[in-house]
This record gives sequence, structure tokens and C-alpha cells, in this order.
Amino acid sequence: MKIEYYIVLSLALFCIGIAGVLTRRNAIVIFMCIELMLNAVNLLLVAFSKMHHLAGAAANPMAGIDGQLFVFFIMVVAAAEVSVGLAIIVMMYRNVHSVDVNFLNRLKH
Amino acid sequence: MNAIVISAIWGVIMMFCGAFSKNNAAIRATAVLGIVLVFVVNLMELYGTKLFTINTTGMLAFDNFGLLFNAIAIGCTIAYFLLNGRDMEKVGLHYAEYYALIFFVLAGIFISSSFSSLLMLFLGIEIISIPLYILTGADKRNLKSNEASLKYFLMGSFSTGIMLMGICLIYGARGTFNIEQIALGTTTLTPMIGAGLLLLMFSLAFKVSAAPFHFWTPDVYDGAPTVFTSFMATIVKAGLFVAFIRLFEGAFDAMQPQWQTLMAIITAATLIIGNLTAVFQQSVKRMLAYSSIAQAGFMLFALVAMNGTGKEGLLYYTLAYSVPTIGIFAILVRMKDYTFEGFNGLAKHHPVLAAVTTIFLLSLAGIPATAGFMGKFYMLSAAIQNGHVMWLVIVGILCAAISVYYYFRVIQAMYFKDGDPQELETSGFHKGLLILMAAFVVLIGIFPQWLIQMLYNFF
Repeated sequence: MKIEYYIVLSLALFCIGIAGVLTRRNAIVIFMCIELMLNAVNLLLVAFSKMHHLAGAAANPMAGIDGQLFVFFIMVVAAAEVSVGLAIIVMMYRNVHSVDVNFLNRLKH
Repeated sequence: MNAIVISAIWGVIMMFCGAFSKNNAAIRATAVLGIVLVFVVNLMELYGTKLFTINTTGMLAFDNFGLLFNAIAIGCTIAYFLLNGRDMEKVGLHYAEYYALIFFVLAGIFISSSFSSLLMLFLGIEIISIPLYILTGADKRNLKSNEASLKYFLMGSFSTGIMLMGICLIYGARGTFNIEQIALGTTTLTPMIGAGLLLLMFSLAFKVSAAPFHFWTPDVYDGAPTVFTSFMATIVKAGLFVAFIRLFEGAFDAMQPQWQTLMAIITAATLIIGNLTAVFQQSVKRMLAYSSIAQAGFMLFALVAMNGTGKEGLLYYTLAYSVPTIGIFAILVRMKDYTFEGFNGLAKHHPVLAAVTTIFLLSLAGIPATAGFMGKFYMLSAAIQNGHVMWLVIVGILCAAISVYYYFRVIQAMYFKDGDPQELETSGFHKGLLILMAAFVVLIGIFPQWLIQMLYNFF
């Protein structure tokens, strides 16, 4: 398949993620949208990796391998972020019994 | 290299320390021992002796700029540990873990000051960010701390997503993550590289709290426990700046004419918004948060100019900004009242503390004979040498003039207003260290050659 399809799909997913982060008010949903952004990047990285591999495999059989490697690192870091993020959301919930980010206005004044 | 490994291992040691010992003095001593060890190891590497070598070709490259910055960052952390060690006890029960997280953040700072692959840039910035989300929310019962932590987390991971998209687009265009190979043969902006560069610039501007991506900063710095705000606003911010300049110098230097104007606009906006908003603050802590945005504006000069003077100036500025800010926060954290009124009459009851605060504030405002003046001088002269952004120099000078107003408000409150004596416990050690830091600020302000000479020896 042409690489353009992957780019369009990933950018669409990425933009859905951004729109979700900017418009939704529930902390968990915002968090899911951030994960969607990261996964859009993962998808695109794998597609680019394949593209570079096909272009350069004759000269270098390892061409484009680093893109797929990067995906693993993104997954690991995303997992670390999930554990910290959910802990923060739970901590918040214990104190205010809500995960609505509209509650987050105590710091404005 | 050695500093990264040792600070990461020392983080783990600190966690074990917390599991096996409830003695806070012992934990504090272990942490100070660790940070001094990291400092020594880093200095040794700077002079060419390595404890062990690991092949990091293509991932990390240790040049003198990065190592010198590490030395400054560790030096500031030593001062921070010694000054704030006792105040960290009051934040919560997990004393050793706070130290552990700070060691992990330092490991992240060392990675992002020496990366040569975008993969390591991403990992370094994440290793900095994730422990900071936890430290921001360390005061678990405090709603403001919770809120700051959640906000920081959501904003931080959002900007990480944007950064990853930038990295991904650049990879798509160039087929490599290595910044030298990206720079090779990339002289014009194709749509893909242009989009990647913009996304990277925005996300890093987000991380260093440059306007218009600064809106999270005052809330997070205000809500976080004051001891950790002090760390975040100084050492971490400078580390992110070094990552920023390393990326743009390494990968996008040839395209500088194309992004310079945008960077100059970001710089001007940061300076103007940071300084103007700081004027209207009622709380000194929040004022310092805005002041950190304003000072970030000056550090951005190094990125706009992108020359030797700018890089040198960034190192100098890191020191000239971090030392006074850590000092002011160390006094602020022991006060009950964070408003400007809280400082009323401080000179009468605590003359020594008032005097050192005055020196720190003068340095932040950039009054001659302090380090802050020379720092601003270097940044402005870097921009003048560059020659394309004279209007930015004028904006910078005007904003430095505005900043005098809100820094002097604190001095005025301390010396010219009467107030009730505050409960403010200080020890002789605390005071002595603050006097030492104030002396250092004046010393490198009067004799900047000493530090600059040291920089030249290594560059």
C-alpha cells in the first residue's frame, strides 16, 4: 500500500486525540486521547520503518529497523506514564470524588 | 556516561535506604554523599578520567558543553540538597523516595544534555518528566498539590505526544534518528521536515514553558510543594533548555534562517507575557513562577542567536539564575505567609536573611555587580552578534526594566514596611550556606572572567 494512506490515517487518529484532549472534561477520557495520540505515532513509525526498509534493503539489510525499535520504547514509556497517571487520578478522586477537570480551578487565584 | 549510571544506581540505593531505615538524618547523609559522588565522577570525566566506559555510539555523545552543564546542574543540586534537606521531611512520609526521584530526574537531565539520537532525547525528557509528576503531587492530602500534579501530568504527556509526532515525521523524511545524519544534507525545509521541526519546537517550548505554551507553569509551580518547585524551576528547566539547544544546533542548524523569526517571536512573547503578568501577582511564590517564565525568555536568546556566545551564555545564565532562585525558595519555604505582605519588616527581625534575599533579587533583576547582569549581558550580546534580531534585543532590555518593579516590591516590603515578626526557623548552617551563595553570586558577577575562563578551557 502507498505510504500516503498510512500518513493520512495516522494524522487523522492523532488529530482525533488532540481534539479529545482539548474538548473532553473527564480526566480518564483525556488520558485515553493522549494514548490515542501515542498510538497514532506508533502506527506511523512502523509504516515509515517498512518504507525505509523497502527502499534501502538492498544496500543494508538492517535499514529502517530503528523505527520499529522506537515503537517499543514508546510503549514502555507509555506504560510508565499510565501507572503514574492513573495513580494521580486515583489520588485526585479520593480527595474530591470526581475526575472532572472542571474542578481544577483552585489554583487560578 | 559515569554520572548517568551512578545517579540512576544511587536512585535505587535511596529507595532501599527508605525501606531499611527510618532515620532521616542517615537518609539525608546518604543523599548528600551520592550527589557529591556524582559531582566528583562528572568532574573526573570532564578532565578525561573515566571510571568505566560503555560504547554509546550513535545514542549519546559526551562533549564538553554537556559535561560542563552537568557539573553546573549537580553543583546547584548539592546546594539544593543542603539547603532544603530538612524541609523535604515536612512534605510527606516518603522522605527517601523524594531523593530517589530527584536522582532519577538528574539521570534524565544528563541524558538530555548529551543525546545524539532523537530516541535518547525522548527517553531523557520522559525520565525527567515522570518523576516530576510524582514530586508535584507529593503532598497527597493537599488539594492544590493534587490538582497541580494532574494538570502537569495531562499537559506534559500531551506535549510528549506532540514531540513524538515531530520525531516521527522527521524519521519519515530522513530515515534516521541520529541528529548528525539528519543535519547532513538537510538544508531546506520540505513539508515533512518543516512540520516535524514545528512540532518539536512547540513541544519543547511547552516543556521549557515558553509563551504561548506557558499556561500550565504558574499553576503547577504554585501548587507543587515549595521545595520541589525550587528544583523544577531551576535545574530541570535549565536541563530542558540544554536539550532544546542541542537538538536545534545539532539537527537544524543549516535551516536556522527559516525558523529564527518564529523562535524570536516566541522569545519576545515569553518575555512580555512573563514580565507583565508577574507584575500583578499577590503571592511571592506565584510571582517567582512568572519570573521563571520571564527568565526562560532570556535563556531562549541562546536559541535565537545560536552561536558560541549564546551557548556559553546559557551555561553562565543557568548558574546566574539557578543559584539565586534556589536561595530565595529556601527562605520562602520556611515562611508561613507567601504573600508580599509576609515579607513586611523581615529586615528588622531577620537582617541576615533579608540581606541575602536582597542580593538574590538584585541578581534576578540583573543589577550590575551581580551574576544576573552578566548573564543578561551575554544573552543580549549573543543576539547582537547574530545581527538579524535587533528588535528582540530592545524587547529584552525593556522587559528587564519591567522585571525590576516586581523584584523590588519584595525588597521594599522587607526594608520599608513594618510587619509582625514571622515564625522563621533558621539554623546557623542554613544562614551560612545562604551567605556563601550570595557571595558566590556577587563574585561571579564582578569577576565573570573566572567562570568564562573555565568555559574557554573546555570549549
